[in-house]
Amino acid sequence: MTKEEWYKALEIRHGADLQQKFSSACVAVCGLGGLGSNVAISLARAGVGKLHLIDFDRVDVFNLNRQQYKISQLGMHKTEAMKQNLAEISPCCNVITHTVKLTEGNLSLLADCDIVCECFDSAECKAMLVNGVSERYPEKYIAAASGMSGLHTGNTIQTKKLGKRLYICGDGMSDVADDGTLFAPRVMLCAAHQANTILRIIAGKFEV
Amino acid sequence: MIKVNGESIENLADKTVAEYLAESGYDIGRVAVELNGGILPKPQYEGTLLQDGDCIEIVSFVGGG
Repeated sequence: MTKEEWYKALEIRHGADLQQKFSSACVAVCGLGGLGSNVAISLARAGVGKLHLIDFDRVDVFNLNRQQYKISQLGMHKTEAMKQNLAEISPCCNVITHTVKLTEGNLSLLADCDIVCECFDSAECKAMLVNGVSERYPEKYIAAASGMSGLHTGNTIQTKKLGKRLYICGDGMSDVADDGTLFAPRVMLCAAHQANTILRIIAGKFEV
Repeated sequence: MIKVNGESIENLADKTVAEYLAESGYDIGRVAVELNGGILPKPQYEGTLLQDGDCIEIVSFVGGG
């Protein structure tokens, strides 16, 4: 499959104008666990042109119940494992990996992206990223997530908008500290809300 | 009257955002605050007084991802 064949197929599926927007977009996926691994795959399938993948962690056996990695990838850095997976999905996606812990001190890694997708695990890291990006890069859009753990109904996963550029997906309540664990479908629902929000923003649809 | 997370609350005027968050039991390390349509930078929580007619939304993140 050549890049040209892939791009042509997406143009036919999505329309040339929309595909041009997707292809020109740059999104940073911050955290490559249950949320980030699913978001990255959805965005690559849509033909988003450039993805920054940021995570310091390696694939381990406890990730396989919900994260988009394989047994053959155990022990790999998630950044490299996801880059490998995306290469098998989309030949057009320019994937840039950063195998680091994202903190207030290195938010400049996000400088060239249009949209930041917050996919961290810890509540404090989520708040750090949302506040840090809002302060330092007020022009960027943020798709964050809060509340997708446990086996609660899927119908409470929603997308809310705060201010002009911050979107928060999830039920806002279910904390993994209370529920004990996360399951693939509910995490994927939340990741799907985030990825859908991002594609809508790229398409110029800003309402929820 | 000040609107907090969609609910109208009286007698909040002249409290700072930091005071309101602390009194309401929020963990400041987990929140993001929207005040009148914009995200309020954390360093401004201490110095920002709530005023009649303000609309504030507080998101308290929970863990999991």
